[in-house]
Amino acid sequence: MIEAHNLTKRYGDKVAVDHLSFTVESGKVTGFLGPNGAGKSTTMRLVLGLDRPQTGSATINGRRYRDLAQPLRTVGALLEAKSVHSGRSARNHLLFLAQSQGLPSSRVDEVLGLVGLHEVARKRSGGFSLGMGQRLGIAAALLGDPEVLLLDEPVNGLDPEGVLWIRNLMKQLASEGKTVFVSSHLMNEMAVTADHLIVIGRGKMIADCSTQEFIARSSDKSVLVRTPDTTRLAELITAAGGKVTDGEASPGEPPSPDGVKALAVTGLAAPRIFEIAAASGVVLHELTPRASLEEAFLEMTSGSLEFGLHELGDHEPGDGPGNAPENKPGPVSVAEGSVR
Amino acid sequence: MTSAVHVAPVSGSASSPGSGGATGFAHLLLSEWTKLRSVRSTVWSLIVLVVVSVGFTALFAALTAANWTGPHAAPRDATILADPVSSILGTGIGLGQLAVCVLGAMVMTSEYSTGVIRASLLAVPRRVPMLAAKAVVFAALIFVVGEIVTFGSYFLGSTILHSHVAVSLGQPGVARAVIGTGLALTVLGLFAMAIGALIRHTAGAIATVIGVVLVLPILTGLLPGSVGAHINAYLPEQAGGLISQAHEQAGNLLSPWQGFGVFCIWTAVLLAAAAYLLRQRDA
Repeated sequence: MIEAHNLTKRYGDKVAVDHLSFTVESGKVTGFLGPNGAGKSTTMRLVLGLDRPQTGSATINGRRYRDLAQPLRTVGALLEAKSVHSGRSARNHLLFLAQSQGLPSSRVDEVLGLVGLHEVARKRSGGFSLGMGQRLGIAAALLGDPEVLLLDEPVNGLDPEGVLWIRNLMKQLASEGKTVFVSSHLMNEMAVTADHLIVIGRGKMIADCSTQEFIARSSDKSVLVRTPDTTRLAELITAAGGKVTDGEASPGEPPSPDGVKALAVTGLAAPRIFEIAAASGVVLHELTPRASLEEAFLEMTSGSLEFGLHELGDHEPGDGPGNAPENKPGPVSVAEGSVR
Repeated sequence: MTSAVHVAPVSGSASSPGSGGATGFAHLLLSEWTKLRSVRSTVWSLIVLVVVSVGFTALFAALTAANWTGPHAAPRDATILADPVSSILGTGIGLGQLAVCVLGAMVMTSEYSTGVIRASLLAVPRRVPMLAAKAVVFAALIFVVGEIVTFGSYFLGSTILHSHVAVSLGQPGVARAVIGTGLALTVLGLFAMAIGALIRHTAGAIATVIGVVLVLPILTGLLPGSVGAHINAYLPEQAGGLISQAHEQAGNLLSPWQGFGVFCIWTAVLLAAAAYLLRQRDA
């Protein structure tokens, strides 16, 4: 179990984490969600004792990280920022970590096999692909067979097979009763992986609820309608009390192949829209009820984006602390496809 | 890459955690030794140390022997006769010690430049034991290699020069100078490591160490009068270098061991500052 109480971290006058309190329970996967620059990595660094908070504290299984005698046996962490010497082999990287915890070197070979790196174990890790690097990071996290795992953007750089591997790994670890705390800026990834969600924006708590609840809360919001006669349909829907927005503007929505415009309708259910269209003889090409998590996520965090889209030009993307890895420009990557 | 999921049941912990104390520190020593031996910069720096030190000592001795005209004709030969050990150890090792400076700084700064420091501090969150273990392991390595280099240089140099200059380890001060030079190299390594830990950037740390070792004495040497002489005498490298003199020279403000002590104090203060900041700063 991870408990954070009133955590605040400022870098200069920039507040990265703002009075954040939450509990991560064992036996499930807890997703830590927020746009880039929301403070996810910083929060994890505070929990892990790498950075000092200005206020508050965090405990893991009731103890501060720095009070753990052989912490890797209790906590496994995958940080987003690189933490491997490119000139050192994967095996030696894991070996020095294992030795520091009094773990036998046989455990190193075990985790290398577990993540599928045994064949390149003695190669310099500088030659590793992004995915292999992630696997090495995960091997390091699993080294001490910890009860608590903190994984910062673990699927970054992984191919679909690797993504699936991580998902199943996290689920299995949670089913063994472990605490799994995983951050992501991808709503969809969290929707299929996490049992519980902690959503933050600008370092502040936005939501702390089960994934189901989060989806239910944000579903039934809109219906996507494609029609050649958008003007007429928009009038009819507005007259019936619905609200129409441009469906093309939805993040991640592919442009329609036949040039037919899409509308996003809120306030009316799909059957009702169909009835209205049929009654007036408007042709519909598509009618899709959407439970867009991405939209809900964007909506919830839109006031809290570190770098609003229109502000991109005004901000130095990297003006945060040099080693806080979240300061990539823009929330663009939040939206990569939508859940239907 | 392997396919799908194959999460083997993670085997139970090998032994009960929290053994702590002395056992814990022994684990850290082993861990730091693995770190040190598993990167190329260590191997290359030590090769440079050995080759440059022994090579230049041999070159110096051979050239000196070939051009020997005697103390009355050449003042250079008189200097060598006055303290042959200091001359032998001062040339090759004086150059080779730069490899120790570079390696010492990099032992710390490479942790920061590669990000390994985060892995290290996750493993040892109290931080200072990690620095202590690293210092012990690194010092032990430099001490062993340093003594091999100094003894090797001494025997090589004195053998080449033996027809002109008679030196032996039995003469007063000679054994102390030879062993002490290896000790001074060890302290120099720790000195560079402390600066690396304070500055955290490879280029900045190496430049600072080289500046303190090579440039600062030249500048303070220009200072006039007794104040200048005192400042110069208490500089880390100047003070530490006294141990290499078998015969104390007139005008020395410190004895060899006093000088070595001053160098140790400099290093201890810097290491303490490094430990304090390591605890305070965000990693």
